Amino acid sequence: MRLIVNEAAFDPGFEVNDFTAKTVGAGAIVSFTGLVRGDGSASGMMIEHYPGMTEKAISAIMDQARLRWNLLDSLVIHRFGKLAVGEPIMMVAVAGIHRSEAFQAADFLMDYLKSRAPFWKQEIGADGAEWVASKPADEAALKRW
Amino acid sequence: MIDVLYFAWVRERIGLPRETVETGAETVSGLIAELVAREERYALAFSDLASLRVALDQELAGFDAPLKGVREVAFFPPMTGG
Repeated sequence: MRLIVNEAAFDPGFEVNDFTAKTVGAGAIVSFTGLVRGDGSASGMMIEHYPGMTEKAISAIMDQARLRWNLLDSLVIHRFGKLAVGEPIMMVAVAGIHRSEAFQAADFLMDYLKSRAPFWKQEIGADGAEWVASKPADEAALKRW
Repeated sequence: MIDVLYFAWVRERIGLPRETVETGAETVSGLIAELVAREERYALAFSDLASLRVALDQELAGFDAPLKGVREVAFFPPMTGG
């Protein structure tokens, strides 16, 4: 398992290749990359987090996924600080024996990262900055698991 | 003595990222009542508990959770990661 929480930009393509190269015996790699959406007048995003709790919470979520879907390996990268439209915010990659387990584990990780990892997004627009509100659907998504 | 941390709009409303608080409160709710009684900016930050979350020593907890042995309390809005 590898977890990276920092401000620096990353290259999702390189990370997936690197993750794949270091995983032995997998039959399936699933990855997801989240980008700063370019909708409306937003020019970028500012992401705040809770150092310490962020790493603890994500590690716990990764542990759960590993045990539940017998993952061979997993990777989570999540940025904080100032990000421009189109930049990758975060990614997950999981390596499993079979496709179905890998897809489910990646989906599970994303649902939990959204509502249980202590990050707060602020959209930067022409009129200033606005905190992104959580959606009831995000919380409801956790009940699937 | 307990470290109290604030994030996102809670931090903005209170005007501080963290502070050390001398408290005799037994629960999170008790601590909130003490803070709210201090100044209007705290009352504003804690006006709607349904839109707040709390973590005790970096683990999510409920508002009725006991503070005994806790070193760090954090208040923040629902998370918006991913």
